[in-house]
Amino acid sequence: MKAPVSWIREHVDLPADVTTDDLARRLTALGLKLEAIERPGEQVTGPLVVGRVLSAEPEPQKNGKTINWCAVDVGDANGTGEPQGIVCGAHNFGVDDLVVVVLPGAVLPGDFAIAARKTYGHVSAGMICSAAELGLPADSYGSADGIVVLPAGAGEPGQDARGLLGLDEEVIEFEINPDRAYALSLRGVARDAALAYDLPASAFHDPCLREVPPADDAGHPVRVEDEVGCPVFVARTVSGIDPAAPTPTFMARRLALAGMRSVSVAVDVTNYVMLETGRPIHGYDADRLTGAVGVRRARDGERLTTLDGTVRALATDDLVVVDDSGIIGLGGVMGGQTTEMSATTTRVLVESAHWDATSMFRTGRRHKITSEAGKRNERGVDPTICEAAADRVVELLTTYAGGTTEPGVTVVGKAPQAPPITIARDLAARVTGMDVDETTAATHLRAVGCEVADGAGVLSVVPPPWRPDLSDPYDLVEEVARVVGYDTVPSVLPTPPAGRGLTRGQQLRRRVGRALAGAGHVEVITFPFLGEADLDKLGLPADDERRAVLRLANPLSAERPAMATTLLPGVLETVARNLGRGATDLAIFETGTVTLPRGGGPTPIHGVAHRPTPDEVAALDAALPDQPLHLVVAMTGRREREGWWGPGRVADWSDAVASVRTVAGVLGLELVARAAQRAPWHPGRCAELLIGSTSVGHAGELHPRVCRDLGLPARTVAAEVDLDVLLAHAVDVVVAPVLSDFPVAKEDVALLVDDTVPAADVADALRRGAGDLLESLRLFDVYTGEQVGAGKRSLAFALRFRAGDRTLTEQETGAARDAAVAVAAAECGAVQR
Amino acid sequence: MSGPNTDYDPVEVTPLGAEQVDEAREAALVAIAAADDLDSLKVVRTAHTGDRSPLALANREIGALPPQARKDAGRRVGQARGAVNQALAARTTELEAAHEARALVEEAVDVTLPADRVARGGRHPITLMSEHIGDLFVAMGWEVAEGPVVEAEWLNFDALNLGPDHPARTMQDTFWTEPADHHVVLRTHTSPVQARTMLTREPPIYVICPGRVFRTDEYDATHSPMFHQVEGLVVDRGISMAHLKGTLDHFATQLFGEGITTRFRPSYFPFTEPSAEVDLVCFVCRGDEPAVSSCRTCKGEGWIEWGGCGVVNPRVLTACGVDSEVFTGFAFGMGIDRSFMFRHGAEDLRDIFEGDVRYSAAFGTEL
Repeated sequence: MKAPVSWIREHVDLPADVTTDDLARRLTALGLKLEAIERPGEQVTGPLVVGRVLSAEPEPQKNGKTINWCAVDVGDANGTGEPQGIVCGAHNFGVDDLVVVVLPGAVLPGDFAIAARKTYGHVSAGMICSAAELGLPADSYGSADGIVVLPAGAGEPGQDARGLLGLDEEVIEFEINPDRAYALSLRGVARDAALAYDLPASAFHDPCLREVPPADDAGHPVRVEDEVGCPVFVARTVSGIDPAAPTPTFMARRLALAGMRSVSVAVDVTNYVMLETGRPIHGYDADRLTGAVGVRRARDGERLTTLDGTVRALATDDLVVVDDSGIIGLGGVMGGQTTEMSATTTRVLVESAHWDATSMFRTGRRHKITSEAGKRNERGVDPTICEAAADRVVELLTTYAGGTTEPGVTVVGKAPQAPPITIARDLAARVTGMDVDETTAATHLRAVGCEVADGAGVLSVVPPPWRPDLSDPYDLVEEVARVVGYDTVPSVLPTPPAGRGLTRGQQLRRRVGRALAGAGHVEVITFPFLGEADLDKLGLPADDERRAVLRLANPLSAERPAMATTLLPGVLETVARNLGRGATDLAIFETGTVTLPRGGGPTPIHGVAHRPTPDEVAALDAALPDQPLHLVVAMTGRREREGWWGPGRVADWSDAVASVRTVAGVLGLELVARAAQRAPWHPGRCAELLIGSTSVGHAGELHPRVCRDLGLPARTVAAEVDLDVLLAHAVDVVVAPVLSDFPVAKEDVALLVDDTVPAADVADALRRGAGDLLESLRLFDVYTGEQVGAGKRSLAFALRFRAGDRTLTEQETGAARDAAVAVAAAECGAVQR
Repeated sequence: MSGPNTDYDPVEVTPLGAEQVDEAREAALVAIAAADDLDSLKVVRTAHTGDRSPLALANREIGALPPQARKDAGRRVGQARGAVNQALAARTTELEAAHEARALVEEAVDVTLPADRVARGGRHPITLMSEHIGDLFVAMGWEVAEGPVVEAEWLNFDALNLGPDHPARTMQDTFWTEPADHHVVLRTHTSPVQARTMLTREPPIYVICPGRVFRTDEYDATHSPMFHQVEGLVVDRGISMAHLKGTLDHFATQLFGEGITTRFRPSYFPFTEPSAEVDLVCFVCRGDEPAVSSCRTCKGEGWIEWGGCGVVNPRVLTACGVDSEVFTGFAFGMGIDRSFMFRHGAEDLRDIFEGDVRYSAAFGTEL
């Protein structure tokens, strides 16, 4: 909402010394948030005057243009009283027109200094200005590609033009919240300005407080079928309008300052009254109406061409205005084309109606119409001012457009009245913590327009009709608080009961992040969106469960319209981006939720009058997709750098496994690995990681084709695991080990096995065979080559034995070792070398 | 010794002469002093204290002396051997020290050589910021609450006094999921976590809810379709806006430093009434003249918009099953990304989401 300060002052007697900055600051403190202060004339200095064109000689030029060599009467403004000779390239004016002349010595926006200069064979002593040259919207004051032509009689030659154009104006632009629709009008802004300076009621001049002619049956007939949708419909008719009459300068100026385009005098008047009162007005070309005007809900299949030329299929709860010809408008939102006011309209039916805000909101949203009228109607307008606003329109049309008021004042319906709100006397003090006693609260409520009656321990408050947002006691508390001033809220720390700290899960997630960062991984955050192409690039088979995605109805990008079922695309894209920026060695990770649809039905929409039952809450959750927390790690390049110490080490599949094991390790978990085949991993270099028999995820080297398709270096490695599963298995309380200080007995065994036998199986067999005396077992070498023969490999294990109560004898250790080897031999075909 | 070994030792007492003993001692001491490394000292040790050394031989002869002579000779030889051993020990210590000193010099390395065998890791600054904020509130006895990002429409909107026809619904550009009649959205704020908390616990409630949220904003230097928000909720007896102000003042000071307090301006949110926007003292100019007038951070206002807050609307309490006659509450919410950008002077929101490892690595593992 852009409010010219002069217009605000027209409706409230502010002290003369109030600055615009202070006014804006105080209104912001009342909830009308300052967006910007505009001073359109700030950059125009020096003589800028009204001129009357005395002559204009068209002179064709060699460059194909035709210029006008003009003599312009600028009164005494040039110091001589002689006509000013000016060259002008525009053609939208003629002799006797009033124009805006900038004289030598002036400066226009952009530091454009004006001086007499030779051009096109003349000395041009100044310039005839266009709106754009003055820093005004190009389409204000007439055509966008011409100069400003002032209405006849707008001023005298030589008169300062600044005021006529609003160049000495200051405009406050407010960001108005949905609850303060009243402030989408000068009436509302001025009312709060009076409040801001604690002015007496007499200082506020309500534009809607006017004598209006009584309703009668002589006006245009109106039949409202839907009193809920349209509680009040006022119609007045003005005839004899001169459609060519210029919009009066003050009105054009104010509309321009408020950011609205000047269209025609009749349209401008309706907009002007809307800005002034907040009540949207619709004007119909009365000669194009047939029969009575009606209001009803649209019927199935009905259509309307609105005045923006769009054909709209109507829904059954759209409110429409009809006449005998059919539908002529979307009530309160946008008029129809057939009855639109035009350049030939001389007779206008003025509609000033109150519309149901919810219907307005739905219709606006359904048809994607945002208009100044719709914005006000859907947030709520004072229902009691329909007659006053219509009368104001009639007044302006008869005053400035040559119109004559036709007899008859049609008023259908009655403004709905808000019920009183009962509020505890001390509620404002309790809720705000401010020092505000009961009398003050009542005083402030009256100041914002409420009627306040005393009850027993309570106040009975009827909110003013321009405040449909005030419906609850707490709404009234906010009114009291903003009048007292939010800056007086004291600062007091509350005292919560003893807390329980972070949950176990929260602690563990931090532990995981720290462990990975400590191991040289860098955390990233990516957007959880993906598209089919991302899944194709991962090489997922058609039936892969990760292809079952939750799609967005309104994705930002058509390429990624779904919620991620895997974090791999985002992380691998990040790898590629880093490589593109010059990185060579990368180890990155991300933890984030993925979205796994589980075919639940719709989530229920419960009422809000009471808490849903636990079952109902459970039903909400059951309908949502599963959203487990995943961890993805990706590495490429060197895991350990080369340097003066020697060569580095390139990350391989085992580093991906190691990263997951690092995470498992800090959670007190030991993972089991087994060979697996799963996209996007290399079929021979992919480990499935498990806790017992529960799968956690996969790690290994990416499939060479996936690397190619994603533009990643060959042998990039990655892991993706379900962190929720890991966290759920995390060891809660570690039982302290009992340490034996008897000597350790070490035994190394080298076992020859087929190279298809997994090392983990051999280790497992040894472990089981070795029995309780085995303290630890570690694979320390893998050998393949001629000595062991093709298809074989030698696995060397270090076994450590120890007993808790004695020194082991060689015989005991040997027996345990032999037992271990025997199980490995039996289960894995291992032969001790 | 029990007596002379008559089997092979000649009974000869010459080496025990005072002169000879002194000579042997002197010779030993000179040799010890002359040894200039541990190896030569070892030779000296063998020569002067070994089995065949004069003093060892002399010592062995003592038993052969007549008893009256033994005492003198024993003392003489004993003293001599003591002196030699002492000198040996002293010289050994000296030479060992010298040896070690030399070795330490020789072993010196260029400690300026790089020692970065494994690149430094780092956690994402937004993760760290979320945790840091959580810690500030946990320190006050609050708890950290969480919830899903793909959320039920009822929890994201209706329960928060944002009914289907509420104009404010269009204030938050929402991602809807298909099919539309399933009423599932990407949460537009972390407020559904507040609703979930009230639905599952009884007051008093003191929770902070950090998390990812989504709006259909095109991606640029200050907007992102995904960003991070932290909201706080308190529901208890006797809670007022004053407690909200106290909490936010404390939060601001803890996060941004001493002197950074807050200001309230009236605003509108469906879930709070009264509602306020909360501004921070500009931490660049601190609102002080003359710095404030040219401050680019706050554009000369001395204040920076931080977030929204207010007293929990009783309608929200009712929908979530809290008796609004008994309990009142307050809630607040602000952007974690924005707070991070303020606190760390970050200029482009996109750096947070592009995953350039140089960015996260700069922050290490704690803020």
